[in-house]
Amino acid sequence: MSSDFLNIENLVVEVAGKPIINGLNLTMAPGEVHAIMGPNGSGKSTLSYALAGRNGYEVTGGSVTFLGRDLTQMSPDERAAAGVFLAFQYPIEIPGVATMTFLKEAINAQRRARGLDDLPTPQFMRLVREKAKALKVSDDMLKRPLNVGFSGGEKKRNEILQMALLEPRLGVLDETDSGLDIDALKVVAEGVNSLRAADRSFLVITHYQRLLDHIVPDFVHVMAGGRIVRSGDKSLALELEREGYAEFETGMGQSAA
Amino acid sequence: MAAVKETIDQVKGIDLDKYKYGFVTNIGSEKAPKGLNTDIVRYISAKKDEPEWMLEWRLDAYERWLTMEEPDWAKVNYPKIDFNDLYYYSEPKSDSDGPKSLDEVDPELLRTYEKLGIPIKEQAVLAGVQGARVAVDLVFDSVSVVTTFKAELAKAGVIFCPMSEAVREHPELIRKYLGSVVPKSDNFYAALNSAVFSDGSFVYIPPGVRCPMELSTYFRINEPNTGQFERTLIIADKGSFVSYLEGCTAPMRDENQLHAAVVELITHEDAEIKYSTVQNWYPGDSEGKGGIFNFVTKRGDCRGDNSKISWTQVETGSAITWKYPSCILRGDNSRGEFYSIAISNGRQQIDSGTKMIHLGKNTSSRIISKGISAGKSSNTYRGLVSAHRKATGARNFTQCDSLLIGDQCSAHTVPYIEANTPSAQFEHEATTSKISDDQLFYCTSRGLGEEEAVALIVNGFCKEVLQKLPMEFAVEAQSLVGISLEGSVG
Ligand SMILES: Nc1ncnc2c1ncn2[C@@H]1O[C@H](COP(=O)(O)OP(=O)(O)OP(=O)(O)O)[C@@H](O)[C@H]1O
Ligand SMILES: [Mg+2]
Repeated sequence: MSSDFLNIENLVVEVAGKPIINGLNLTMAPGEVHAIMGPNGSGKSTLSYALAGRNGYEVTGGSVTFLGRDLTQMSPDERAAAGVFLAFQYPIEIPGVATMTFLKEAINAQRRARGLDDLPTPQFMRLVREKAKALKVSDDMLKRPLNVGFSGGEKKRNEILQMALLEPRLGVLDETDSGLDIDALKVVAEGVNSLRAADRSFLVITHYQRLLDHIVPDFVHVMAGGRIVRSGDKSLALELEREGYAEFETGMGQSAA
Repeated sequence: MAAVKETIDQVKGIDLDKYKYGFVTNIGSEKAPKGLNTDIVRYISAKKDEPEWMLEWRLDAYERWLTMEEPDWAKVNYPKIDFNDLYYYSEPKSDSDGPKSLDEVDPELLRTYEKLGIPIKEQAVLAGVQGARVAVDLVFDSVSVVTTFKAELAKAGVIFCPMSEAVREHPELIRKYLGSVVPKSDNFYAALNSAVFSDGSFVYIPPGVRCPMELSTYFRINEPNTGQFERTLIIADKGSFVSYLEGCTAPMRDENQLHAAVVELITHEDAEIKYSTVQNWYPGDSEGKGGIFNFVTKRGDCRGDNSKISWTQVETGSAITWKYPSCILRGDNSRGEFYSIAISNGRQQIDSGTKMIHLGKNTSSRIISKGISAGKSSNTYRGLVSAHRKATGARNFTQCDSLLIGDQCSAHTVPYIEANTPSAQFEHEATTSKISDDQLFYCTSRGLGEEEAVALIVNGFCKEVLQKLPMEFAVEAQSLVGISLEGSVG
């Protein structure tokens, strides 16, 4: 099965000369939500970084095609402009740069890359206020330097706010649920659900079935040893919750050897 | 913040090299013969139609200079300067009669300033969107070519004119104040400047007057092998206020050019001077060829009680920068401030900082220095905070932050503290950080280009200082930050 939305074939990604992703295959169609689960260190974040184009995450084999383009040949900002968004597992702090300023720079950078004019400031402000309200991001947070001194949950909400504003075609959420209290989890999940659309897909990395109660996936994949070792529908997540990853331990051992 | 967009636009607008002010104006010039001797000093003095006392003053400075040694304590390396292989005076040919009104100035010169983006047409400035009005003195090589808004300023009693004119028209003020903050023999470059200074701006604000507009001077070095030695003197009489800004650019030339200025500020009781600099002299190419040698002595004297002097500088240009804008806090309760952004890229070398000399009682000072080094540059903060025995209750707060981009540049912090009264409270904080790959990736993954990301992060790093600039110049300075760091990543 292949798709002209996202097609990952036999992907190999090396970090510091060591293969972390070992021949991974994944196909996503528009409008789908795929969940990726898997033990610590299995390469989930590595996959997300490789999709976003992080330096040092070298694609040494296979291919990634996104909307007909070879993603591996594009810089991170080009990927962003093409519609790839990564919600970080650990969002980065940028002192001195107000969150609001950052959001505006990001939106306008992407608009310019697509040949559009900058969003006029009043329109931008209205947009941010509206989206921020839905995600319970306060005005005060918007004025503070980006992620500096934000609580874990605030950082995650801020990631989803960025996604809501940038309206990507593919949202990769790396453990967006970890560090969230129950209420925040609901807010974030609603934020993601409100973005679900026929031409937008999500790759949701998580350790917990709990998130998938709110963001209901079309497919669930298990990652171990740098590849997808099993795929199924949402019931797979329930099974994993019951039985853990013991079944895949050997698989991991083999690919790491 | 529009800064990043503007930065990018400007960066895009740059043709081959990064420095967009590097063009040469083709205009005839009249120069003094090469080299330095008493005849040259006399030549300059005669050119400016100076009274005898001024010539004597210059000759005395020249004699002192001959006995002095070039300082070598700064962390900068450069080939020995042959002071006899320079022109000490150059004026655009059409301007030998001194400054004129705007409509009389050579259009070629006006075009130069238009290209530099400097508002000179009074009507144009008046029609400005924000209604911001700025009076400008333009100094081209050794000559002030035009000063705007003079009539309007005169109505408020403010004197704003070229130094050469002030020497002729306001001798009583010049004799009283010139050299009273930076004595002729203060240091090697100050002595040199005192002997051969050509032009610069003179400002006098009478008692109780709040200067009705921003004053500014733009310095342009155009001629090759020509030193620029400008002299600025600003006096704020009792209870007055003035905000002054200087900007500087020079063409791209392969050889180094010398710039040795002296700036003296005096505030009387309850007066305040806010002095801002956006220094963007040609920094040389990425291999260190060419560029301005910038050896500058700037000092303010808070002479009266409750007076205040504040220096804000954005230093992005010059191959070598040797510059320590300082405050002598003489009056009781006087206050000195130094806000600095110093950016070095390529092979630039900066040794800059400040001195806060606390003499009066309950004086206070604040130093915020943001050094950004990229490329193979070297960036040193050198500062002195001292309190005299009688300066009871002196307080200082110093914050020195360095940001490194890449791993081939260096940053140094050299703070000296001398507290001779037990009641002094001096605080010093310093940090050194790097723009991390994580930060760059985070920004680029949101769609910012790498250089946009650097500009954004650096603007965030020096925000505290940028905010101190007059509004009209803050945007320019923000874009300059981005442009200066072009090519620093990737
Ligand atoms: N920069 C690096 N240098 C060396 N090894 C690395 C580097 N980055 C990741 N790895 C290794 O790659 C493996 C996969 O890491 P990754 O962060 O992708 O796992 P993960 O599945 O996201 O785990 P978790 O569930 O704990 O978030 C780990 O063994 C990790 O130590
Ligand atoms: Mg992870």
